[in-house]
Amino acid sequence: MKQQTILRIVAKLLIPYILLFALYVQFHGDFGPGGGFQAGVIFAAGLILYGLIFGLSAAREVAPPALMETLTALGVLIYAGTGVLAMFNGGHFLDYSYLGGHGGGHAEHHGILPQGQHLGILLVEFGVGLTVAAVMISIFFAFAGRERVQ
Amino acid sequence: MHDAAIHAIVILLLGLLLGTAIVIVRMRELWAAVMLTGIYSFLGASWMLLLDAPDVAFTEAAVGAGISTFLMLSTLALTNRRAKPQPGLSPVPLVVVILTGATLIYGTFDMPHYGDPDAPAHRHMAPEFLADEVKHIQDAEHPEGKPVKVDVGNIITSVLASYRGYDTLGETVVIFTAGIGVLLLLRGEPREDPSEDASEEPSEDAP
Repeated sequence: MKQQTILRIVAKLLIPYILLFALYVQFHGDFGPGGGFQAGVIFAAGLILYGLIFGLSAAREVAPPALMETLTALGVLIYAGTGVLAMFNGGHFLDYSYLGGHGGGHAEHHGILPQGQHLGILLVEFGVGLTVAAVMISIFFAFAGRERVQ
Repeated sequence: MHDAAIHAIVILLLGLLLGTAIVIVRMRELWAAVMLTGIYSFLGASWMLLLDAPDVAFTEAAVGAGISTFLMLSTLALTNRRAKPQPGLSPVPLVVVILTGATLIYGTFDMPHYGDPDAPAHRHMAPEFLADEVKHIQDAEHPEGKPVKVDVGNIITSVLASYRGYDTLGETVVIFTAGIGVLLLLRGEPREDPSEDASEEPSEDAP
């Protein structure tokens, strides 16, 4: 589809906003609708659009398949790791109140980074987003790289 | 907005959903059918938005209309664009479907009305979630359980990511496993030709 000027130009215009919107949904999911799952899907959709318009090999350069497979596992690792971190701080598995060291977390808010529950939610949502985006992109590569069966 | 207007829109949306579903079932041209499933998802998302469920509507629009449509198209690129002609009306499946549908509709008579504040779903955990004070850790100072405040604004996020963090971890693992499974099944040996691209996409040049 490289010859389709209109598609190419429109995709070029749209893709940055799709990716930006995905990041907004990811990191604003604690206050607005959305979260890691939706953000991951939207981010992957941006890259899939890129792959459809500019070709599979171009998309593979932007998002190397080997890296995508690593990110798939890394997302789950971040999620579970957040839970284990809470255990190291003296709480239960996935009890984010113990992240940031303030027993209660949310109430006393110093510093720039959010603490406790809020920090935990941001971390696990990031893990979810990473896994979902990487899985969707990997599936796109797997499908698009297939020969036609007849 | 006025209640009657909302009711009219809901009835319109549900009517369109039904119409789209019937057209999808009767259609033999698979490419058009896939496009219609995308439209079906968007209609569903609009309806969920009217039911005050923006998070679900969001997911339906992104996954149902976006990624699934794309996956269906990718599958279509690997197979034929037309469904095989079906034999005519077969009575046994029709009876089974009608009976199952009737049972399901009969089952809804027992369900509480939409938005009923006395519905079991609104009485069990929901008040604690809405008050953002779920008591869950019992220790020496808190024999009743220590209230945990999540305090992030979007209650749905606090329920999904914190109060039900185990569920969401499980879901993430499911997505991970599904992705690995699809990769193992589909990838086979890598292709040699580096110049291939996704232009086999069915809208253009598939036979």
